[in-house]
Amino acid sequence: MTGNISNNDKSLGCYHCGLPVPPGSSYTTIINQEPRSMCCPGCLAVAETIVGSGLDTYYKHRTEAADSPEIRGKELPESLIQELALYDDDNVQHDFVTKTATGSEASLVIEGITCAACVWLLENHIKGIPGVEKAHVNLTNHRARINWDQTQTPISTLLSEIYRIGYQAHPYHPDKEEQLLEQEHKRATRRLGIAGIGMMQTMMLAVALYGGALQGIDNQYVTFIRWASLVIATPVVIYAARPFFIAALRDLKTRHLTMDVPVSLAIGGAYLASVWATITNSGEVYYDSVTMFTFFLLIGRFLEMQARHRTGRAGNSLLNLLPASALRIIEGEEQLVPVNDLKTGDTVIVRPGHTIPSDGLIIAGNSSVDESALTGEYLPIRKKVDDQVVGGTINVENPITIKIIQTGSDTQLSAIVRLLERAQEEKPQVAKIADKVASYFVAAVLITATCVGVGWWMVEPAHAFWITLSVLVVTCPCALSLATPTALTAATGTLRQNGLLITRGHVLESLASATHIVFDKTGTLTEGNLSLQEVLPLAEHNEDECIKIAAAIEKHSEHPIAKAFHEQAGQLNATDIQNQVGQGLEGFIGNQRYRIGKPEFAAQICESGLPALPKTSGQWLLLCNQKSALAWFRLNDLIRPEAQQTIRGLQALGLECEMLTGDNSSAVQEVATHLGINSAISGVSPEQKLLHVKQLQEKGAQVVMVGDGINDIPVLAGAQTSIAMGGATDLAKTNADGVLISHDLLRLIDGILLARKTKKVIKQNLIWSLCYNLMALPLAAFGFIAPYMAALGMSASSLVVVGNAMRLNRLRKYKLKTTSTHSSSKAEN
Amino acid sequence: MDIIFLLIPIAIILASCAVWAFFWSVNSGQYEDLESPAHSILYDDDDDLIPEDARVKPDNKSND
Repeated sequence: MTGNISNNDKSLGCYHCGLPVPPGSSYTTIINQEPRSMCCPGCLAVAETIVGSGLDTYYKHRTEAADSPEIRGKELPESLIQELALYDDDNVQHDFVTKTATGSEASLVIEGITCAACVWLLENHIKGIPGVEKAHVNLTNHRARINWDQTQTPISTLLSEIYRIGYQAHPYHPDKEEQLLEQEHKRATRRLGIAGIGMMQTMMLAVALYGGALQGIDNQYVTFIRWASLVIATPVVIYAARPFFIAALRDLKTRHLTMDVPVSLAIGGAYLASVWATITNSGEVYYDSVTMFTFFLLIGRFLEMQARHRTGRAGNSLLNLLPASALRIIEGEEQLVPVNDLKTGDTVIVRPGHTIPSDGLIIAGNSSVDESALTGEYLPIRKKVDDQVVGGTINVENPITIKIIQTGSDTQLSAIVRLLERAQEEKPQVAKIADKVASYFVAAVLITATCVGVGWWMVEPAHAFWITLSVLVVTCPCALSLATPTALTAATGTLRQNGLLITRGHVLESLASATHIVFDKTGTLTEGNLSLQEVLPLAEHNEDECIKIAAAIEKHSEHPIAKAFHEQAGQLNATDIQNQVGQGLEGFIGNQRYRIGKPEFAAQICESGLPALPKTSGQWLLLCNQKSALAWFRLNDLIRPEAQQTIRGLQALGLECEMLTGDNSSAVQEVATHLGINSAISGVSPEQKLLHVKQLQEKGAQVVMVGDGINDIPVLAGAQTSIAMGGATDLAKTNADGVLISHDLLRLIDGILLARKTKKVIKQNLIWSLCYNLMALPLAAFGFIAPYMAALGMSASSLVVVGNAMRLNRLRKYKLKTTSTHSSSKAEN
Repeated sequence: MDIIFLLIPIAIILASCAVWAFFWSVNSGQYEDLESPAHSILYDDDDDLIPEDARVKPDNKSND
């Protein structure tokens, strides 16, 4: 008799967070005139708060389900309220709260924002708190600015109100890098604005000049309009186009030619020639071409930069791994202090379910510690007195007292971050096609221009300068330099809509040439948490009753094994729960004594002794009462439903799939066999993971790494392309080149297919723009091209390039096949 | 045609005013979030502003 538990009935999903509603639960509330069922008291409390403050239109407008709230109970736990109260202290506040004329302004980072409706909900809910004057939430970087009167409402109330509607707020401490990013963004916007306004103005004046050239115009007007154009174009060239000049100079110094060199040459050359023409009142002016060219290119750069900054939320990512506060013991008294105040030698109590604040030694108590963030091992590890614990890991079972031995930058967590920085520096550079083309192009243009100049000098010296210049302007690589960014921007946008966010410019090119794809196991190929797979009843109780009993006992534990039962919890109540570290739980329901846990442990209390272990491999738990063994439960970390098809699809595309995991159990081989991965390496540390990828790279492989945990961060940084899962830690996401926001592995196949298509489009674009330049070159060389024809040709060729890139906006999605057995996985695109 | 000697300088002055306004708006952070304002206009949180006789009855509203 085998019973498979399935909770995947999506139609019964929680109205608030979309997670499945456990059978038998009864959390409902009225939203928009209809009763809605929720999955847990946490979601219920959040939904009731939202409806209670009259903000239920949130549910109509949201485009994504909300994240499941962190607080699972109906009320905020006392411990959280105490922790938030720490922020009322002036010393703690001074780095994220500033005093303004009318009150205070706080900068916060808010976790859990999924769509624009969240921003609306947060802003309106915060504005409803007495004393709040202004609240602004930024959808792009998830930051909130709140202006309020501190004498009316303490900041802890603001923070707890944000928790109450299902989000988490943390103080925002920008680090240096992040401040630089912000400045870069503002500077780029200003440059774009200057170029845009300048372009429009010069274009207007240019129309007058072109009209005059055709119909006749007095010389004094021409001179005046030229001077006016000079005034407008000068800031565009000096301020807006400066990044191109700086980059070109840098590239010339390092002796390699990139796209910036011909760009600067064209802008600088045409501008200087026009200035010369204006002053000497001779020749032709090209101010319109210069400004338009600058504006077009800046748009490309700006879009690229915005994609890059999208996940730039690095400021708080490391901090969020560590708790904000710790319970320090001074002379026998417990005192709640901010983590930053901890020093080596302090004694700290860590309660079950809390994060260990810093590296330390256990001096009292024993418990098990969830080190999954650092090692990828999802089962907690037993720790006793004198064992070392690592900051950022979670204490699972019993309270422990630890003595701090390392703080700040000496901790293991910081060591991983340093490893990450080193890996980033050593990351192999991806050769960009455009840069390769650019170096040939520059050489060709310079040689041709010189030949033309010398040729005309010998034939007719008076025209030599102007014709040479028109050669430079006509061959101005506008289309050429737009060829890559437009294609990349279009493809990036398409992938984002489909759930794969690209954050670095090189990703699409390196995805197209990838040869190996390396997966982490826990959390990437699997769901990353244990779930109940199978129940084998042994005695008179049926499957359901056994689950109810087990859930009633496990309800009291935060162990990952116990969590697998949490959603099954019913009305039954267990009392006198006792926790045996690493063994299991014991408790009473009514008068009956039960044990659940390791078979040997559970069977100790029952008269019938230990039953034979079932044949299927996996993690088996035994439930016993005093009379007999009641049921076997099999737990497992579920493989993601789309994983098998993804691996097959990737293999069909000619990629080598590998699995690299810190997990050491037999499950590794099982997962690999099930998915059809030939090469699986288990039990490796973050350093070894990085080493393995480096070895692959030395053999000439182009590696894509897909991972999620802290332990994956160094290897994510070291691989040519790295993709983090949507549920990954912030630190992993900010350091990855791409994020799978939809949690759907199949989007990787889309990504690779689109990347290959993008590469093709880029090549077409490059070929087209080169053809255009080759055609225009002889005409310009023989002096047939007037300035307005050069400007027209330039715009037309740019439009063709942009239009071609737009083709990347369409993507045929790779669908999950419902028949998972032996289907030939061939790329559908 | 001599009027352009006056009009073009005025155009340049106006353009520089536009540049100044643009710089001010960038520096005061108005370009930091280009996504949420586009959505915020669509939220019908203005129920209390709609005149009594123009209101749609609640049961005619679509629930989604």
